[in-house]
Amino acid sequence: MHMDPNVSPIIAIEHLSFTFPDNTVALKDVTVDIAPNQVFVVFGPSRSGKSTLLRVLNRLSDLSEGAQRQGRVFFNGRDIFSPAVDVTELRRRLSMVFAIPTPLPGSIFDNLAYGLRMAGIRDAQTIERRITRALEQAALWDEVKDRLQSSAFALSGGQKQRLCLARSLAMEPDVILLDNPTSGLDPLSTATVEDSLIELKSRYTIIMVPHSVQQAARVADRAAFLMGGELIEAGTGRQMFANPKDRRTEDYVVGRFG
Amino acid sequence: MTRQQTNRLAKIAISLVAALVVLPTVFVILYVVYNGIGVISWEFLFTAPRSGMREGGIWPALLGTVFLTFGTAIAAFPLAIATAIYLAEYAGDNRLTRWVRLAIVNLAGIPSIVYGLFGLGAFVLFLNLGTSIVAGSLTLGLMTLPVVISTAEEALLAVPQEFRTVSLSLGATRWQTIRHQVLPHALPGIITGIILGLGRAAGETAPILFTVAAFYLPELPRSIFDQTMALPYHLYVISTQVPGMPLSLQYGTALVLLLVVLSLTLVATVLRTRMRRRRQW
Amino acid sequence: MLKTEQAASLPAAQAETTPSRRHSGEWWIEQIIRGAGLSTIFIIGLIFLFLLREGLPAFVRISPLNLLGVRWYPIEELYGLLPLLVGSLLVTVGAVVIAVPLGLITAIYLGEIAPLWQRELLKPLIEVLAGIPSIVLGFLGWVALAPLVQQAGAPTGLTAFTGALILAYMSLPTIISISEDALYAVPKEYRDASLAIGATEWQTIWRVVVPAARSGIVIATVLGIGRAIGETMAVMMVTGNAANIPSLATGMFFQPVRTMTATIAAEMGEVAQGSLHYQALFAIGIVLFLLTFAINSLASMLIGGGKQQRSSQL
Repeated sequence: MHMDPNVSPIIAIEHLSFTFPDNTVALKDVTVDIAPNQVFVVFGPSRSGKSTLLRVLNRLSDLSEGAQRQGRVFFNGRDIFSPAVDVTELRRRLSMVFAIPTPLPGSIFDNLAYGLRMAGIRDAQTIERRITRALEQAALWDEVKDRLQSSAFALSGGQKQRLCLARSLAMEPDVILLDNPTSGLDPLSTATVEDSLIELKSRYTIIMVPHSVQQAARVADRAAFLMGGELIEAGTGRQMFANPKDRRTEDYVVGRFG
Repeated sequence: MTRQQTNRLAKIAISLVAALVVLPTVFVILYVVYNGIGVISWEFLFTAPRSGMREGGIWPALLGTVFLTFGTAIAAFPLAIATAIYLAEYAGDNRLTRWVRLAIVNLAGIPSIVYGLFGLGAFVLFLNLGTSIVAGSLTLGLMTLPVVISTAEEALLAVPQEFRTVSLSLGATRWQTIRHQVLPHALPGIITGIILGLGRAAGETAPILFTVAAFYLPELPRSIFDQTMALPYHLYVISTQVPGMPLSLQYGTALVLLLVVLSLTLVATVLRTRMRRRRQW
Repeated sequence: MLKTEQAASLPAAQAETTPSRRHSGEWWIEQIIRGAGLSTIFIIGLIFLFLLREGLPAFVRISPLNLLGVRWYPIEELYGLLPLLVGSLLVTVGAVVIAVPLGLITAIYLGEIAPLWQRELLKPLIEVLAGIPSIVLGFLGWVALAPLVQQAGAPTGLTAFTGALILAYMSLPTIISISEDALYAVPKEYRDASLAIGATEWQTIWRVVVPAARSGIVIATVLGIGRAIGETMAVMMVTGNAANIPSLATGMFFQPVRTMTATIAAEMGEVAQGSLHYQALFAIGIVLFLLTFAINSLASMLIGGGKQQRSSQL
């Protein structure tokens, strides 16, 4: 299940298990490496632990009080659960976009500047430069450049989701975690988001829970198939969707269950 | 009698009982207004009582109640908000939290006269503050804590969870999240809670009996360490302790007190409704 | 693996930020907030402590026989708590007997029968009732209700019944709102199922909804008792303040009584600090504190138990 040995992984997950306080097992002994500057897709049936995996990576899983975790996760070689790690810094480096577009109350500008301000960045020029660039990367600049001060809630669903993506990009993270980011979007907006992902991977590592197997196949450089919290197999996108090794992966990919 | 007839009869009976509960409320208010409105005048509101309180106005008592209400706000506000934040944002589901909640329930249940005793023992005598505005405000403030805590906690919990998740995911710390994404949206609800608590405090008599209230003191207080008259106690005094007191002055005082308290409640209710309507999410 | 070699790359972006300084300021804020939360426990302990400090000597200096006596007559150093307890009991029981059925029925009306516009009108009105200061209700009881009670045939207008009636109205908002919550928590499926098998609305309310809301109604009663037992000013004005044990004959509700709360309120102003009388009044405070503490703890236990029951049913 390991990737090309010539590239050092940006994230290494080792024997990761995660159990919620109500004893539902979300992840069971997952081991996988993720290479930089790729789109890494985590797919599988619902409730297979995909979202939990993403939330463990930037330790949003800390919010589930009383949950049990075993195993280790290395980000750039460093154990993310070590007490020396500043969680806020970790979350800036691995930035998350959620399934439902979640603008914060306030203007478009406030949304984009929020993470930067919380990080202690006060310089107006720096903020403006990073916001502009993030909006361009998220293919939203042209649509909102004249109304940065209007409410983020006034945007359409697709625009809101691209705003959330831009909000993450403004942090200039290393990794973008996308938890089914196109679930609520129409096909056109989905295509826009997918296109921007392909462009973004030159600068970022993208870890994504896809909306469908088709979407997974379209965007994945590498993919991992999860079922019942277990990693069934991982490989390149081409291999996983055209020629899966495991029978369960094949059944899922061709749509025998889901 | 058929089942349908029983049904109709039962519903009529229930409606009548509900009317029996609600109509006296309306009656009480109208009755006080009807009997008290006649004496309300500039002079009644803004002059001191004269001739053993049988003439003149209620100004020192009205002003005293205003002072006490502000004092209560200052005494209760910081602790109540901090406690609400603790309960809504920090407290886990553990034994300590259950103890805190039990303490709040019991603080809410302690009789107001017992708060009065505590105020006398702790503030007036032990801290040697004397019967004073500051001792009365602290006593009323403590009594008001539970109401403000529970409304403020409710307001904090009404802020959608995803604002917190998103804020944390963008690298904000827990306190930054509370400060920038939770408190601003909960503020109207918190203020509603404070005003409700103040409405209750303004009308209370028992906690101020031994901590601040003066029987008859036409001079206005000069500092927070002075005694003052207060409307609720003044009403008690003139209706039971002063023989030959004109009934109209009693009703007038009751009316002013009612207006002060109900207007605070009304402001809180209006604020809550408007806040619900303006909510974006 | 190259883990150690790349470890240094994590703090790269920290140059623009000052997380450590920010975090230490925050640490203090969080400690203050935690302290505030815990202070509620501290405060309730402090209240009890001060009551004990001022009132405990009374239990030592006054003989148990005297304390359990049937006469409260401080001038003769008679500190029998019994008449005051009975006074509080009579008024409270009277209030609860009146308020619980009225409150429950009003809650049923609001939840099951009233059209929306009435509900929107009545709910604020009940909040207004909750907001009327007890002194104003006491005043009205004194000038308007007491004469009515006397005209109705009682020897005097200032009786336990008058107090109970005023108290009942004061407890109503609490009882209504908790009963309403309890009725509201009854799943809609119960109602639908009952109506579907041909029961009338009344049968559904009486046979299905009310029994299902039983625990909530018990809680409302307990809290109503807690509220009534601690009320002071209104009770003091309308119960006549006679510290006798009423004869347990018919009409015992139509005699003047004196409650524990009224005794404190009426006498504390006239006693010397530290005197036996002063301490005895604080001793009443201790009794009141313990009573209401027990009642409210019971109620919150019932509420907690009910919640667990519901969640295990789901």
